[in-house]
This record gives sequence, structure tokens and C-alpha cells, in this order.
Amino acid sequence: MSRGFRANVSGSVAALALLAAATLAGTGSARAYTVYVTNEKGNSVSVIDTETFAVTGTWKVGRRPRGVTTSKDGKELFVCASDDDRIDVLDTATGKVVRSLRSGPDPEQFILGPDGKLLYVANEDDSQVTVIDVEKNKVMAEVPVGVEPEGMGLSPDGKVLVNTSETTNMAHFIDTTTFQVIDNVLVDARPRFAEFTADGKFLWVSAEVGGTVSVIDVAARRVVKKITFKIPSVNDEAIQPVGIRITKDGAKAFVALGPANRIAVIDAKTYAVEKYLPVGQRVWQLAFTPDQKLLFSTNGSSNDISVVDVAAEKVVKSIPVGLLPWGVAVSPN
Amino acid sequence: MQVSTRFPPLLALLVTLGIPWSRPVAAQEPARSAQDAAPEPAATGATETRIGFIYRPESAPSSYDAEAAPEDEGVAGARMAIKDNNTTGRFTKQTYALDEIALDGTKDGTTAAVEAARDLVGRGLKFLVLALPADAVLAVADAVKGEGVTVFNVAAPDDRLRGADCRANVFHVIPSRAMQTDALAQFFTLMRWRKMFLITGPQDGDRLYAEAFKNSARKFNLKITAEKPWTFGPLAKARGDTPTRSEAMVFTRGVDYDLAIVADEANDWGDYVPFRTVDPRPVAGTQGLIATTWHPTLETWGAAQAQNRFRRQAGRLMRPLDYQAWAAVRSVGEAATQKKTADPAVLAPYFADPAFSLPAYKGVSLTYRPWDHQLRQPVIVVQPKAMVSVAPEQGFTHQRTPLDTLGIDLPETVCKFP
Repeated sequence: MSRGFRANVSGSVAALALLAAATLAGTGSARAYTVYVTNEKGNSVSVIDTETFAVTGTWKVGRRPRGVTTSKDGKELFVCASDDDRIDVLDTATGKVVRSLRSGPDPEQFILGPDGKLLYVANEDDSQVTVIDVEKNKVMAEVPVGVEPEGMGLSPDGKVLVNTSETTNMAHFIDTTTFQVIDNVLVDARPRFAEFTADGKFLWVSAEVGGTVSVIDVAARRVVKKITFKIPSVNDEAIQPVGIRITKDGAKAFVALGPANRIAVIDAKTYAVEKYLPVGQRVWQLAFTPDQKLLFSTNGSSNDISVVDVAAEKVVKSIPVGLLPWGVAVSPN
Repeated sequence: MQVSTRFPPLLALLVTLGIPWSRPVAAQEPARSAQDAAPEPAATGATETRIGFIYRPESAPSSYDAEAAPEDEGVAGARMAIKDNNTTGRFTKQTYALDEIALDGTKDGTTAAVEAARDLVGRGLKFLVLALPADAVLAVADAVKGEGVTVFNVAAPDDRLRGADCRANVFHVIPSRAMQTDALAQFFTLMRWRKMFLITGPQDGDRLYAEAFKNSARKFNLKITAEKPWTFGPLAKARGDTPTRSEAMVFTRGVDYDLAIVADEANDWGDYVPFRTVDPRPVAGTQGLIATTWHPTLETWGAAQAQNRFRRQAGRLMRPLDYQAWAAVRSVGEAATQKKTADPAVLAPYFADPAFSLPAYKGVSLTYRPWDHQLRQPVIVVQPKAMVSVAPEQGFTHQRTPLDTLGIDLPETVCKFP
């Protein structure tokens, strides 16, 4: 859809694109990607072009869409339709749901295996992780985990899956060849998100109610650092870390802080919090463009997304989307 | 000593144990229902923690009562928490079970409660959850004193239990009346509604609620411009075709106020007042706009998951008492996870430790106040069909935590633990 839009680009849109490029001075954002945002209360996906920052479409999906990701080739979009107990698969060329995957009850977050064949799904209401063969639409395994599983992280080699359970407060390490839980690491209250560093050595886990990010040594499976946050004029209680993204070079981490309405920028080597970027209200999930020049955040209470220029560490734009934006994914190409 | 022999070092277990519970399934197998998802056979060497729950079920309602309290009110929340504790316990080698005692009402309530508690403690239980009135809570606390038992009060809001009659072995999950009325008063302050007309019912609880409200009004600088007793009987329970008593209709005439506050803990007449005041004024207090712990419309902070899980397990909506019972039983499970042992001797002092925290769908971790063992918690302000606000309101600050702007703070407490 966005592709067609760009093919018929009009003069004014071209001017807008130029303007957008100008505001991103220094980033040299040459490539245009497509951003997909799930609107939890809108039962829709907002589609945004990274060149124009325009919403180019709003696609209807199942009820309470939350987790979202694209296939490796970008041709399909997967959306957790939590209240319909299924995962909708959309054709990104047409914006239509072409099929649905049997996800088990209440899918919330998921992660696609490195070869794009297996989808690992957290079933929030059912204390389990479901492993689905995407092609065959077949459940390969169900792995019992703690209460309210949510965050899903996958080691870069695809061998270790991590699920966080929000009420059990653990990161469960799962072997992706045997589908067995091999270890559990206790973290702070209400872990929402798990993100491996690109070298696979560390796992970052946010704790929404605990207000911290735990950095876990993956080999030793123990917490080696707890990152805390302090923002002048913001109540400690309002600092609720959720989404985490770490740059591929391992230099910077970005952590969404929920109702603190900020994204923390962290030196991913020293774990020092360097600054807080003001974004929309109740910021939860984050996604980079593949070139990592831009970062997008979903701001649930203000019904918009913020665009961060990663190199400049600045918020450059906010874009209104649907009702209660939850998840965000960016096309690979 | 006993502790180390009976309970294996769980830290080591956590780090080293692989837990072989996944099973590949056939493609055609339908998604399992949640009911059979959780229980797994107890691992060998697991320690079982039994938690007692003593309550008095509501007597059967009349043939049609749309708002009747369900028989399993409270205990259904405790059952869900046991299930949640066991799901986590699979990874920590801890198992939990609930011993429920429903008092049947043939005996004096306090005597029956003490007998039930003695029975449970005699069977070795060290955690008791009480959904009972204040007198019974006190009697049980005193009867089990010195036995290493921790008592959770989930139903009695009485401020005296957190004040002059506080007990070191009791923890209060339900917000005190002072917390409830402070929550409302903060909201009124935010809205700049200053003039209050306080209407108090005939029962003890009503009088205590009115007292708490007056204290809150002083604390937050609201004015009580009029005060009247309710003398017209349980009109909210009267049938729709009962002739309305005219004096109840003109009862609010000639009063200068922004808001009517009803103190009717038994739900006898408070719901009669809205839309029957002479001047068009909103109603709050025990009916109308209320301060509570749980509501069907609460869905933020993960509450939607708890609502769904509860509805699946109990077949009805979760009520405040269910939530409070859930939080009490989860306090035990959470403390055991955090301390990596279910040893009651380790857990009992830990509940009041600032390091203990309970995530409980309120957006912040909940802790027990060390000076009176009251659970610190946000209090939701709701009308019958919607959430209106959450206290502490923005702008109410405290050197420790904004949560301590609700209820009796350390400098004011008259509670003295030995």
C-alpha cells in the first residue's frame, strides 16, 4: 500500500518529504520503510511511511491487537488479536487479513525465529508459551511458564528463548530445540519486555512496577546490573519501564518509561542513564528502522507515536494514530 | 536448625534446576482451557504452604436480588491466588493449598471464628486470612498470639484495628476507612467541591465512616455545611412500587452544599439518595461515587488479565473482597518467592520489611506500613459504571511516597507494637 502511494507521489508530498528529510538533518535517512502500529482499542493497524511520516492506511484486524511483527521478507504482517485468541496474518501489499494462526488463548507478544519459520507466542491469560509453525499453522509445543507471560526475547542464534511472566516476576529461559524451560531468573515486579544484546551475551529485562531494568548475564544466568531511573519532577511511581531496544553496535539502549512519558537513553556499556527524551503519554513499545536511524514509540494515552532521531537523540515528530497504540514494528525493507 | 533441614536452599534450586514441563502436542489438539493449564504434579521435595481462610458466607438472598453477594465472595479470590502461587511455585519448588472454613452462623460469630482459627493453627497452619468483622479479627489475633501465625484482615476497614487496637501479628489488606475517605476527599479537592452535606445511617459502621469522613474533611480543608442522620429505614431495599415517604423526599431541602455524602456501609439506603435530592447534587461516600480496591471497569495495569482469569475460574465478576483476599494470599506467595523460602518464621517479619513488595494491578508495588501493618495502595474512585479517578491524586505529595497521603501517617498513628 505504502509502495503504491510513493509511486504516485505528488508534488506537495514530495515537498513534505523534503521537509521531513531536512528536519532529520544529519541522519541522511535515505531509505523509506513502513511502520505498523497496533491500536489496542481501535482494533486496527496504523500504517506510516518513514519518508513522509504520513499515515497511509488504517487496516482492520481482530480484537485487542497488541504484539506485532513482520515476516522476514516484509510481505506479511503478524498481529496478536488477543481477544480473538488468534494471530492475524496480513498481506502488506493489500492490508487485508489473509489467514489467522492458532495461537492459543490471549496472545500478547511474540517473536519470530531467525529463519522466519517459528513464531513464539506468550499466552497472557494461560500461563504458557505456544510455539507455532507459521507455514503449516501448526502448534509445535506449549511450554508452561509463570503467571501472565508477556515479554519474548530470542538469542541472536535463535537457540534460547526468554519469556517474562508479569505476576511470577521471572525470566524463563527456554531451549528452542527441546522446548524445555532450562532456567528461571527472578527479576523485579511485572517484567514486560526482554531484549538480547546483539552479541547474545546479555539480556535486558524491564520491570514495569519494580521501576528497573535488569541486565542478565546470559551464560551465568544471573542479574549483573539493575538500572534505575530518576527524573526530576516525576514521581518514582510513574517511572514504569516497558519496551527496550539496543543498537546493533551495543552502544546505546532506549527504554520506554510508561506514564513518565519519556524514553531513557542509556550507555549500554556503562549502564549510565544519559538522558530522558520527552515523548507522548504512557509510552510502551519501541521499534528501530532496520538502519537504526529512527526509533518509534507507541504512546497509549495520547494516541500517537513519537519519532526519535537515534543519532541526534532527539524527538523529531509525533504522529497521531488510532485508539490506544500498543505495539510497533517496522518493515525490513 | 529446623529451617535449613526442612527447606532446601531454594536459591541453589532456582539456579540449577531445569524444569521439564513442556510437551509437544499434536497439530489437531485444540487449545487447552485455562482450567487445566495450571496444576502440575508437585515436585518431590517441594514444601507445601497451607493458608487458612475463615469467612462467613452471606445468608441466602431473597428470591430476586440483583445485587446479592455471591456465596463464595472473597474465598474465590483466595482460590485464584493459590493457583497463581502454584504456577510460580512450579519454578521455585513451592506449593500452596487453601483450607477454607465457612462459619455457618449457628454460633456467636467471634467464638466460632476463634474455634476455627484454633483448629487451623492446631493443624500446623501459620497463615490465616480472615474475611470477618473487626471484633472477630481481634479475637483471632489474640487467640493465636505467640504461635508464629500471621493474620491477614481482608474485610474489616475499622481504623481502630490500625490504631489503638492494632496487633503485631495482623496485616490489613483492605484500606482503612480513613484511606477510603481520604481518597474521596482528595478527589473533591481536585474538583474544587468544598461544601459537603453528610448523611449518616443508624449502624455502627455508618457512624465510623462518618467520623472518618469528618477527619478527611479537616485534613483536606473541605467544609461540612450540614449533617443529618438517616431515619427513614432501608429505602434502597424497598421495592420500586413501595410508596416513597414524603419526608425522605424533602429531607435535603434548604441545605447549602456541593455534594451529599452518604454513610451507609450496609447498602440499606445510600442508593436511594441520588436523583432524589431537592437540589440537583451528586452523591458520594458508601454509594454513588465510592472509594474501593476493585471494580469491573478496572482494566489498566494488567487488571484486565486478573478480571478474565477470575471470571473463568469463578464464573462471575471479581469483587473488592475477592481482590483483597487475592492480595492477602499473594502476599504470602510473593514473600516466599522473594525470600526464596516458604518458612513462616522467615516470612512473618518480612511482610513489614520495606524490601517486600506486592505487584497487584495498581501500577505500583504495594507494601505494608511498618507502623500499623496497613497495605499501602492506590485507591480507586468509581461510580457504578465507570472508573472516575485514582487516589493519591496528582499534586498530593509526601516525603516518603504519595501513597502515604491516604490514611493514618506515622506521626499520627496511635498504634504501638511491642
